[in-house]
Amino acid sequence: MPTPTDPSLWLDKYGDYLYRYALLRLRDGMLAEDLVQETFLAAVQAKFSGQSSEKTWLTGILKHKIVDHLRKAHREMPLGDDLAAAADKQNDHFNQRGHWNIDIRAWADPDRALENGEFWSVFALCLEGLPQRHAQALMLREFDGLSSEDICQELGVGTTNNLWVILSRARMRMRECLDENWFERPAGARP
Amino acid sequence: MLSCKQVSELVSHSLDQPLPLGRRIAVRIHLFMCKVCSTYQRQLRFLQRATRDLPEHVDDSHAAHTLPEEAKQRIRAALKAKK
Repeated sequence: MPTPTDPSLWLDKYGDYLYRYALLRLRDGMLAEDLVQETFLAAVQAKFSGQSSEKTWLTGILKHKIVDHLRKAHREMPLGDDLAAAADKQNDHFNQRGHWNIDIRAWADPDRALENGEFWSVFALCLEGLPQRHAQALMLREFDGLSSEDICQELGVGTTNNLWVILSRARMRMRECLDENWFERPAGARP
Repeated sequence: MLSCKQVSELVSHSLDQPLPLGRRIAVRIHLFMCKVCSTYQRQLRFLQRATRDLPEHVDDSHAAHTLPEEAKQRIRAALKAKK
């Protein structure tokens, strides 16, 4: 039997986590507050099956609300322009013959970074530095595991080829940002 | 022969879905000979793993942000009204 859930405890136990998650996904505090509220209200009416943790369950509801929101928002404003910008910037990293223009050095012990709280704030800042829809494509892919076709539909991207350019560019920028702000930066100078 | 630029895109693409056999072989040959691209591939794989882990670390990454007290009160009231 799942433990009975007590909605009056949710807010104190999970409120900040859900808010932070929504903030990461949407970059908008007011919207994050609204979706957290909707999540709690939906959860009160739904039945907690006890198959996952309460936190995972609530996060799942929030994720649905976020994806719904993205779908509506992007129907009004399709992705169009970002793609050209993505391709242009990517070209900076290569010469005319398609060789790298930039230096890529191996990272020392990257796994250790995963255990460092500061690494995660740098990581989130890098993600925030991406054009919003590129970040959203990446998060739909990696957090939600959506297929390329589904991401195209949610974000109004024309073709899966366009999406691959966007994801490739997003990853390239993330790599660069982590390189500059974490791996190639002396520990003392890290934010 | 694939260029580094093509390989950088294919390396990203292969994180999303398996490449067709011919492409996969061409990428592997390039990576075998090109140290920069193979470092790039390793870093993108790490990046994918870290990205997938990020949701579990938002209490670190967004430590400075908390659900504002006003919002908490509003939500509390809404929950009460619903009961």
